[in-house]
Parts: sequence; structure tokens; C-alpha cells
Amino acid sequence: MEEVKANSVVQSPPLLLEVSKLKKYFPVYKGLMRKVINYVRAVDDVSFNVRHGETLGLVGESGCGKTTVSRCILRALPATDGEILFHADNGSTIDLIKLNRRQLQPLRPQMQMIFQDPYGSLNPRMTIFDIVGEPLYVHGMRKRAEREDKVADLLKLVGMRPEYMQRYPHAFSGGQRQRIGIARALALHPRLVVADEPVSALDVSVQAQVLNLLLELQEKLKLTYVFVAHDLSVVKHICDRVCVMYVGKIVEMASTADLFNYPLHPYTAALMKSVPIPDPLCRNEIQELPGEVASPVNPPKGCYFHPRCKFAVDVCRNSPPFLREIVPNHFVSCHLAEELQLEGI
Amino acid sequence: MDVKAKNVLEQRVYANADIFEGRMNAPLLKVEDLRAYFFMDEGIVRAVDGVSFDVQPGKVVGIVGESGCGKSVTMKAILRILEPSARIVSGKVFLRTRINSQNQQGDEELLDLTKLKPNSKRLRQIRGAEIALIPQEPMAAFSPVHTVGNQIIETIRLHQDVSKDKARQIAVEAFRAVGISMPEQRIDAYSWELSGGLRQRAIIAMALSCNPRLLIADEPTTAIDVTTQAQILNLLRNLQKERQTSIIFITHDLGVIAQMADEVVVMYLGMVMEKGEVNAIFKNPQHPYTQALLKSIPSIQSASRIKLPTIKGSIAHPFNRPKGCPFHPRCNRFMRGICDIDIPNFVNISETHVVGCFLHSKKTLLPTADK
Repeated sequence: MEEVKANSVVQSPPLLLEVSKLKKYFPVYKGLMRKVINYVRAVDDVSFNVRHGETLGLVGESGCGKTTVSRCILRALPATDGEILFHADNGSTIDLIKLNRRQLQPLRPQMQMIFQDPYGSLNPRMTIFDIVGEPLYVHGMRKRAEREDKVADLLKLVGMRPEYMQRYPHAFSGGQRQRIGIARALALHPRLVVADEPVSALDVSVQAQVLNLLLELQEKLKLTYVFVAHDLSVVKHICDRVCVMYVGKIVEMASTADLFNYPLHPYTAALMKSVPIPDPLCRNEIQELPGEVASPVNPPKGCYFHPRCKFAVDVCRNSPPFLREIVPNHFVSCHLAEELQLEGI
Repeated sequence: MDVKAKNVLEQRVYANADIFEGRMNAPLLKVEDLRAYFFMDEGIVRAVDGVSFDVQPGKVVGIVGESGCGKSVTMKAILRILEPSARIVSGKVFLRTRINSQNQQGDEELLDLTKLKPNSKRLRQIRGAEIALIPQEPMAAFSPVHTVGNQIIETIRLHQDVSKDKARQIAVEAFRAVGISMPEQRIDAYSWELSGGLRQRAIIAMALSCNPRLLIADEPTTAIDVTTQAQILNLLRNLQKERQTSIIFITHDLGVIAQMADEVVVMYLGMVMEKGEVNAIFKNPQHPYTQALLKSIPSIQSASRIKLPTIKGSIAHPFNRPKGCPFHPRCNRFMRGICDIDIPNFVNISETHVVGCFLHSKKTLLPTADK
């Protein structure tokens, strides 16, 4: 056991981010006194690691907590409990949750975000120069000429003409806006980029351009991505490893190839089977998952997935499963993982 | 027939009798060279510019295209619910319609919907009863201050002469048919009490409550999750098989189109690029746009982390649509002096497969025409 561990450390690149036992509860208030009556367990005991240079996908249906996890990592939301260890470029390891605003500020350049909605995430009253140059200004590049050069470089990097710098966001299409958002995120040479559904608002023909750009930039700048998405085809295309989330918990975590070829959790398998395949000849019954996503306010007892699971037995209804490593580097949270024979893609 | 036609000729326009012959094979809906433009202060947006397609009885026609291709405006023009700034400039929309909507086997007439007033009685009879709509956003489609049931009962009573109790029964049956559990209780819920999937089912129940022969589904699964989407697609598929309803399925998702449609219309910037039977479009696409679109989507079955083939550039702004073929600035088979001058004719690849591209109609530089 010890040997295996030692080997894997030698082979894989260093850790960049370690999230352990992350929890984020949103209180539910009631009445005049705003008494807390319950909690929405948006993220409930989530742990994962991100290694340098890899792309980790967080995938799940709406309300599964994938966006909340990404926001907690960047401290856009304060976490309720847990640890987020970030390995900064000076070699130190810092728990992001414990830092206050001022202590966090010097770390901000190392982690940046790409947003989902390219229309909402760019201020319509600012020029592209102001938008992309703002992080540079905030982090100390006060000379305008210097910033202009840098912004021009950044725009070139994302495949846009630097002459567009003085225009406003309304002059650009969705795909171009998303490129501007990417340029802004890369302005400070981040080590970690959290991308929250970066292509889901884009048209099909533009989506491919942005995905290619993200892959290209990752190679060129040695970026690490945490990629949040609901579209399994996109996740499969861009990620090295994938975490599948369901009602605030990770149900399965593995390399992309393992996850898609040999899913071990019934939810993962069902999720993959519900994606409509763009081929009229593969038109068999779309396999559907009965019922609906459980409520994170009042989740079912035992395994959260059991009311929708066709394999559920008594143990699933009574005791919650934990994330276990069944095959090396393939984690799953299912009581029956060893017994089930699930079909992949 | 003739007598009746004469009586109402002034309000209704009948098509030639030959379309009536062979009635069973005639299309239920025939859209001919439809043009709907938006007249705005900044200029004219030709949102739908010469769209033609047929919907055969019991078939699913998928309209696929990216944003701004005019797929939703086409739907609105057919139903005559365009925004005030938009107008149908030319074209015809023929609907084979029951004269008495409650009599399933009754006489039929062929109506040109573009000749009717948008607020006329006849058109209001058609909307909901003959053509029903499943809108994109299920939250916005229901009023939040009335129960879902009351809204469905209202629809039923508008089109059918039934008592309130009977209408309620029909509504409960409709709820049951779309797979809503406990329909008697759920019918008294408000739309905001229902989950996304249930709300979409309720909308489908409402659309089907008057047994329409044509259903227009405008991006019915775009706003919902993938497992719910699978449920809704299966439901629509089964209901379609059971009732032999024709469906116009509008979406940008090629996966959904491949799974649902019998025939596909590919649109780009208000024009039809290619249309045909679903296998032909996916297996043997002839238009460079269709080819590029199919290649550029990451599929769950394709390899990871490869560079996707892309379509260069982005969709032109509707105010400055390129001259000639609207796709030419992004096309990898662009021919200077041909594609940027004129709009290509439609060429038949096979009996059921039509493409509008100069690669297939070289030297025939004629203005647009059907077929």
C-alpha cells in the first residue's frame, strides 16, 4: 500500500488544490424573527484534489452544488466548514477558508474565474481595455501605457484584434465576449482558473472555438482548470478527471476515460444514458431516470439517490454510503459498487 | 365544397383543389416562401427570409439552427403571434384544418393563415385547438396567480362546449396522460409549486388537452436538466406515436433533433440551408454549414481532448447580413464572385433531400425560388 502511494506521487505532478470536507449550508429562515428552521445543504462534505496542469470537471444537474463548490474555492462564498488548501507559487500551503479579505488579496492573482454568462459578466459601461485592464490596475500596474501593451497581448492571446480595445461589450458577439472574459481571467497569470459553465451560453458553432481556445491556453500557459459544467459531452471533451455530484455530494470521481467507459455509480451511468446522441441511427429508447432530484433541504435517508435507483436495496435506504476507492484512483459512493455491472459509453 | 368556398372566399383563401386531392397524403401544414421582417428604427431585420417546408400528418419536423437563425420567428409567424414591430411580408402558410374542431372526422378546409387577421375568431379557434404550442420557458408560460388546473380548464372551455366539471375531468386525464402522479391534487397547484420537470409536463398536458393535430415545441427541453430532458423527450415521443400528432420541434441541440425528428430543416440567418429526411441530413449532409455544424459538436462518444473542427468567425449581426448566401463569410468552400453575389437556388439531392448551395447549383444564378 505504502509503495503504491509513493509511486503515484513520483509520477503525477504536484498538488495545487486540496479541498477536504467542504461544507456550505445556506440557512432557511422563517417568521418575523427570522428564526433558522433548516439548512439547504448545498455542499455537504466534499473532498477532492486538483493537480498542477490538469482539468478537473465538476458535473451534475442543477442544484447539485457544483457552482457552490467553485465559488467556495475562490472565496466568492464563505464556506461553512472544511479546508481548502492552496499551494501558492512561493511554495507555501495556505488554507483559503481561514484567510480574511486582506490576507486573501495577494493570492487573488493566482486564482481567477471565467463566468457562465458572457452578457452579464462584462460591465456594459466599461471599454474592453478597462475590463481586461482592471485586474492589472488593482494589482499594481498603474501606468496606462504599460496596461495597454499588456491588454493588447492578452487580446491577441485569446484570438482577438487589439484594435478592439476601445470598444464596448455590446459591439461583440457571445463568443467574442467569452474570449474577453477569458482574457480578463488570464491577465494576472493565474495558476488556477475556475470556469463555471464557460460554454453553455454559446452557440454550437462558437462553443467549439472556445473549447479549443481553453485547451490551447492550458498547454501554452500551463494552466490548471476546475471546469464546472452540466453538459457531459463538453466535460468528456475537456477534462482529465471528473467528479460527478448529486445533491451536494460527490458520488463518483475518476479519470475521464474510466468514468465514461466503466461507470461505477448508477447515477453516473443513468446520466450518460440520458444524453441524446446526435445520430439518428442510434435511436433506441432514451433510458430515463424516474423521479426528480432530491431536495437539499430535506434529503432522503440513506443514499440520497436511492429513490431513483433501480438497484436500491435495504442498506441503501438506511445508511448513507461514503466515497471509497474501489479501483485505484476511481472513487465511488455506492454500497453496491462492487456488484453492479454498469454500462459505459 | 364550392358553395361553401364562395360564401367565405372574401375572408378565407383556399388553395387549388389539387392540394385537396389525395387528401390523406397532403401535408397538414405547408409553409411557402415565408418572409417575416422586423421594422425597427435602426433598420430592417429580415428574420425569416424565404422559408418553405411541409409538415406531413403524424411526422416530426425538426427545425435546427443557432441563435438568430429565425427558427422561433418562423413559429411565431405561423401562429401569427409576431411582435408588433414584425410583419409577414410575403409567403403563405396553408393549414389543413377541421371546420368543426370537435368533430375529429369532420370536413376539412385549407386555410392560408397569413390571410387571417391575427386577432380574428377563426385564428383564435385554430390556436390551441388545431395548433398548440409548447413554449420554451415553462415558468413564464403559466400565470403565477391562477392554479395550473384553472388555466388548462380555461383552454378546454374556450375550444370545447363542455361544463366546468367535464373540463376538469379532461384536464385531470391530460395530467395523467403526461405522467403526472396524483393528478387530482396537482391540478390545483400553482405553477411555482411544481418542479421544472412537472411544469413542463403540465404545459404539455395543456397543449394536448384539445387534441391538436399540430404541436409546435419551441426548445421544450432547453431550460431543464438532462435526466428530466430524457423523460420529456420519451413522453413526447410516446404521445406522438399514440396520437399521431404532427410536431414541429424547434431546437439548437443536434442530439435532440437526431433522436426526435423524421425530417430536419437546417436554418441559418433566416434562410433554409438544407432540409431533408433525418438520416440524410446526419449521414449525408450536403451543405457546408450542416457539415461543419455536425463536426463541431463534442459528442459523448467522441475522443477526449482533441481539437474540434470549428466554424470560423461568428454569426453575423442581423442588421448587416452578408450579401448573397448568408453563410459565405464563414464557409470553407466559399467561391468568390458566386456565393457573395446571389442567393443559391434549392437543388434536389434526392426526392426528400434539398440543399441551397452553389456547390450543387453552379452557374444557375437565379433569385430564390422554392424547391
